Formats: sequence, C-alpha cells, structure tokens
Amino acid sequence: MKELVILSGKGGTGKTSLTAAFATIATGCLLCDADVDAADLHLLMHPDVQKRTDFQGGGVAVIDPQRCTECGTCIEMCRWSAIGPDFVVDEIGCEGCGVCVDFCPEQAIDFPVKTCGQWFISATRFGPMVHARLGIAEENSGKLVTLVRQQARQLAEERGLDLILTDGPPGVGCPVIASVGGATSVVIVAEPTVSGIHDMARAIELCRHFKVPVMVCINKFDLNPENSATIERMAREGGLPVVGRVPFDQAFTRAMVQGKTLLEYDGNGPTGDQLRRVWESILNTSAMRAEK
Amino acid sequence: MIISIASGKGGTGKTTVATNLAVSVSCPVQLLDCDVEEPNAHLFIRPSIQETKIVTTPIPEIDLKKCNHCKKCAEICRFRAIAVLGDTVLTFPELCHSCGGCMAVCPEGAITEKGRELGVLEAGVMNGVSFVHGRLRVGEAMSPPLIRAVRDRSWVDGLTLIDAPPGTSCPVIAAMKDTDFVLLVTEPTPFGLHDLKLAVEAVKILEIPMGLVINRADMGDDTVTAYAQAEGLPILMEIPFDRKIAESYSRGEMFALSLPEWKARFRELIEKIEAITGKGAGAQ
Repeated sequence: MKELVILSGKGGTGKTSLTAAFATIATGCLLCDADVDAADLHLLMHPDVQKRTDFQGGGVAVIDPQRCTECGTCIEMCRWSAIGPDFVVDEIGCEGCGVCVDFCPEQAIDFPVKTCGQWFISATRFGPMVHARLGIAEENSGKLVTLVRQQARQLAEERGLDLILTDGPPGVGCPVIASVGGATSVVIVAEPTVSGIHDMARAIELCRHFKVPVMVCINKFDLNPENSATIERMAREGGLPVVGRVPFDQAFTRAMVQGKTLLEYDGNGPTGDQLRRVWESILNTSAMRAEK
Repeated sequence: MIISIASGKGGTGKTTVATNLAVSVSCPVQLLDCDVEEPNAHLFIRPSIQETKIVTTPIPEIDLKKCNHCKKCAEICRFRAIAVLGDTVLTFPELCHSCGGCMAVCPEGAITEKGRELGVLEAGVMNGVSFVHGRLRVGEAMSPPLIRAVRDRSWVDGLTLIDAPPGTSCPVIAAMKDTDFVLLVTEPTPFGLHDLKLAVEAVKILEIPMGLVINRADMGDDTVTAYAQAEGLPILMEIPFDRKIAESYSRGEMFALSLPEWKARFRELIEKIEAITGKGAGAQ
C-alpha cells in the first residue's frame, strides 16, 4: 500500500483543492484528511459519516474546592501559571502534566481524561475517507493525526485499496511531523511567492530529515514566472522531481463555492488537462513506482 | 496595545495585513512574527537582524551516580518521556513538556535540567518597525515555548502586532492569548468561512474582542459577510482581489508603500480598533 501526502509549508497554496482534484482522477484510493486543526477537505467531499469515535487526549487538572486548603503548592509548581489565585485551573493554560495532582498534599486535584476531538470513517463519491476534528483550542494534534493515518491504513487494507491520498496540515511542526513519517512520498504544493519559496524550503528540509521522498508541484505558477523558475531551480539542485505547473485559475474558487472539485466543475478546460498530467507525473515518479 | 492577527485557514493574508499595518501606522510599532513554523514577515519587512538567540526548553538530565532506580520520575511523567529499565534511565527529550515533575519528585536529587534547543529568536529593526520572530528548528515539534519566548518581547507601551500561525490549536492560542484585540483575516470562500468560524470560537473562549478583514473580498461568495452580520462581528476592512496586489506580494513587497491610499486605509483600520477597544494604539 502506498501513501501520498500533500504538504506545502505555507498555508493556502492549494493543498486541499489539489488533493480533491487528484481524488477525482485516481481510482481505488482512500482519502485521509490529516489537517485535523482546520480541516477543509470535507467541504468538497461531502462525506457521509458512517462511524464516529471520540478522541481522548490527555488529562486536565480540576481542583475540588471541598478538599482544597488553598496551601498554594499547586500554584507554585505549575510552570504554565494555569492555576489562578482563586484556585481554579485555566483549562486552556493547563498543559496536562499532572504535577499539581501529584504534589497536592490534600489530594484535592482530579485529573479527568479530556475528550478533545472526534474522528470519522465516511463514504464519499470518490471512495472511503478518514478524517477528524480536533476540538477548538485543544492540544495533541500530532496524536490525532497519527491516529487518523493509522485508521486510514487499516481501512485501506480491509477494503483492498492500494493508495492513500492524505491532505496534510500547513507548517512544519507537530501535526506535520505526524503526517510525514512512513509516507511513500510527499508532494509539496508551492506557490511562486517569496513566502511560498521560503516555506517550501523548510518543508523539503523536514521531509529530508524524516527520509521521505519529496516532489514539488507549482501552483499559480503564472503569478510570478520568475519565482516559479526559482522553485524549479531549487528542486533541480535538490534532485527533486517537479511534477507540474498549475496555472492561477479562479475556477478553483468557483468550484469550491459549488462544493465541487475543479475537475467536476470544469474537467475539460486547460487547468483540468494540466491536473491530469500532474497526476500522471506523480504516479511516474520513482518513489511512487517503487514496489512497497 | 497588542493586536494579534489570526485566521484559522492558512494563506488568507495574515502576514499581508500584519506587515502593511506595521509600515502604515504613525506611532512606534513592534511586529512579532509568532508563526514560528513558517515565519514570513521578515521577507517583507526585511529587518537588519541585530540579535540572534537560541531558545531552549528545559529537559531532565539524570545523574546516574545518585539515581537509585526508584522509578518515581517515570511514574509521574504523563508524557512518557522517562523510562527506567533495570539500572539505566532513558529520557526521550522530544516527548518532554518541561513540566519539571521528575526533578521535583526525585527523592535523591538526581535530576537537574538542561536546555534543549527549539529554535532561534531573531530581532532587528527596519524603517522604525521593531521586529522579532522565532524560527522553529526543522524537525522540532514543540512550538508553543518558542512562541512564548517571542511574546515575552512584547512592549509594555506602544503598538505591538502579532502575526499568528494558522489553525485553532495550541500554537495559535499561545500567539493570541492575553492580547487586546484579534484581527481575523479571512477570504469569502467556503474554506475561508469554515475555518473562520473555528477561529471565532477560539477567540470567544479567550474572551478577546475581535474584528474581520476580508481579503480577496470579491472572489468567492457573500456567506462570510452574512455570517459576520449574524455573529455581530465588525468587518473592519475589505481588500479586493487585485492581480497587482497578488504580484507585489509574490515579490515580497508591501502594497501600502506603493499605493498611498492603502496606507491611509490601514491607518483607519487601527483607528477602528482603537474605537472598539477604547485603547490608544500607543497605550498600554
């Protein structure tokens, strides 16, 4: 089984729009949304949720005022200043380390496990989809991403699907690290802006760090042809395949407004043709052709 | 006054708004780029960096001569960052949240703390803008302590602008917490609206006043405007899609500098925020 992860470093370069377009072309694939923090793929996939499971994160400290003698030990020991002078824990500030729980001389602090999100197995018009929703202002996004990818793998195996298409989160931090490990290959969707180039370079570095093969797809390439050439040069110097140049096309936004993928909205236009070529190039990279 | 600029969805124009705002205002201004995973504001402000500091987070160091393998450190650690196996103690620094529990619980005083590098903080100035950002070491997962290190540089007086990371989880909260106002930058598309709603919920939890900037305002549909009206969220600025603006952004230019009418509009934006918060931009 192979897993292709779509990343970008910078947000808003077109990860989700391209993932959705590829889902339209690919056959026998399972969709996985690893952007659990601000997931958007479902807005184009309209998944029919078949199984919904709570995601348990870590614990959170809760002080029982009945048992608390206000000795101040917890306030002193909390490195996140999450306990106020009124001995009430700020749930957002609480890191879940439980140090206050262990050191409270009155054992007045409970540590209930927090449900901090949900994950879903769904059906879409392009095949099954595994996705999740992290609660607002919650931690443990990396843990939820790891869980979603594990479930995607398991489901793909059960259904006999040999490709997982994973829409990744922006950045290079915790959830991105959780998205990259063990993937067959990563496609970095880069836009030809100074930010896009800067962030692509860091995303490439991250993939190298975790020894995952990388390819680059330039989106909105005609916005700045000079910067697009820079991206191609950087990829060439790094020995990375450039799998395509997708034009800046407002049809992506119009398709999104209708809840469609670009290929459903305008499959016969030049951008649609280009996307099909990009998908072919992706499948033809040595990383994706290798038996696994 | 501290204004954080956030969005939920990435790529909606947080950095565009933060940098253009910074170069438009007439009062002393500081820009803190708290998107430490992918900091971009420096590409526009182009500050001359005068200070570079390695930011670390404390992790345990075990003195095996003092350790009697009682396992109390492993038992207290909720992040499974310490394991005691026979007469060896293994630490997993990348899992450690620096809570200090192991050090506090060790009856033998065998645990001290050393720093683990998370990234660097860089500070500089350009054209009157005081600039600070963090750069997370690539491969590092723990960004909130670095974000807090950048936040620690906030001025007490004057105007501080914070460019926040995308999303709604811990890094964004670290960037927005205890600011005076959150400016949410969105685009009028289904993705923009969906992620805006999440961001609005996060800001509500933090109980901070907020307002919207709609970027590429003429590109999608009008559902963001309808949502803002229903929620009572003020729309403080609309930036139309203009290929010239997009191209100048792609080159790392700030359009408020080349298009003076926009400089005036960014000043108006600050005035509107002053009116909402009842605080002067340059005040505490």
